[in-house]
Amino acid sequence: MGDYALLAISCILVNNILLAQYLGCCPFMGTSKKMETAIGMGMAVIFVLVMAGSITWLIDAYVLKPFGLEYLRTIAFILVIASLVQFVEMFLRKSIPGLYKGLGIFLPLITTNCAVMGVCLININEEYTFIQSLVTSFSYAAGFGLALVLFAGVRERILLARVPKPLEDTAIGLVTAGMLALAFFAFKGMA
Amino acid sequence: MAKSITQEFVKGLWDEIPPFRLVLGLCPVLAVTKSVENGLGMGVAVVFVLVCSNILVSLLRNIIPSKVRIACFIVIIATFVIVVELLMQAYTYPLFLKLGIFIPLIVVNCVLLGRAEAFAYKNGVIASIADGLGIGIGFTISLTALGALREVFGSGTFFGISVFGPSFQPFTFMVEAPGAFVCLGLMLCMMNLAGNK
Repeated sequence: MGDYALLAISCILVNNILLAQYLGCCPFMGTSKKMETAIGMGMAVIFVLVMAGSITWLIDAYVLKPFGLEYLRTIAFILVIASLVQFVEMFLRKSIPGLYKGLGIFLPLITTNCAVMGVCLININEEYTFIQSLVTSFSYAAGFGLALVLFAGVRERILLARVPKPLEDTAIGLVTAGMLALAFFAFKGMA
Repeated sequence: MAKSITQEFVKGLWDEIPPFRLVLGLCPVLAVTKSVENGLGMGVAVVFVLVCSNILVSLLRNIIPSKVRIACFIVIIATFVIVVELLMQAYTYPLFLKLGIFIPLIVVNCVLLGRAEAFAYKNGVIASIADGLGIGIGFTISLTALGALREVFGSGTFFGISVFGPSFQPFTFMVEAPGAFVCLGLMLCMMNLAGNK
């Protein structure tokens, strides 16, 4: 149990997917202007990433490896993620409309979120077991959500501040992200 | 199409240069630009994939039904990414190791999907090649510039050759994650200043 807790903490804080591994920056900049959208995106990523992480692990272990098709990994994974997102969207719309409304527009965006694909690939490259993959998928996604919500909070304040003209919008967003990354950088000492 | 081929090519170098003008495909930009070499390698890989996928998408644009176009684009892009991955593994193995998971992740780079959707699906082959080359080279220039900046200050070298001599104290902040964000933000600011927007 202790090992898993350690793994989870290292994925959430030390190797934060956004601020230390630079994955998933596009939705990070795109959906962090408002707190609500940030929370929605964070939830959607947690939901999809846990499913995608486990399914791609199973496909890699039971389909790709036995038949020596590792070179097809990229295409197989992206197809799995794309169809999974589509499927989840349809399922949610039918059976849990409340959640669907909440996640709504963020679901299709997740297909091109490199955090999802990245974590699936990390799980395979690090040769994690199935349970470990589940833990890492969830904690990476939670770390993504955490960073996104923190960043959205900062960004809402920046909207009220007077920013020099050339630095407006994305530029100041990136610099702020840098400061946030610096804060997360401190966790490196824990590892 | 009133625009000429040259215009399609040139717009990628300044007017729509990714990732500055089009804020797309940030992840590889931040992750692989620790050194000039990585940035350039990544850029070349992206140019190859972008041009090939643009050609194929624009050739097939009358066959692909619009409802499933995104899925088709992804499959086309993924195919070329695998080609690049295998080529790099065979010929530039050290670079392949350094870029790591970011090569397969070219698949989910929004620049590629964005160009397929916004340009190649609506335009002819020649124009699409010009567009792919322009945007791709623009992307490479951005990556190389950012890589150069971070490598020179972060480790005091350029293409692995020492610039400032042995007494230089490396500015480690630049090669780490926070430096990547700050650098890109400041470069964006410079671009805005130069374009006096």
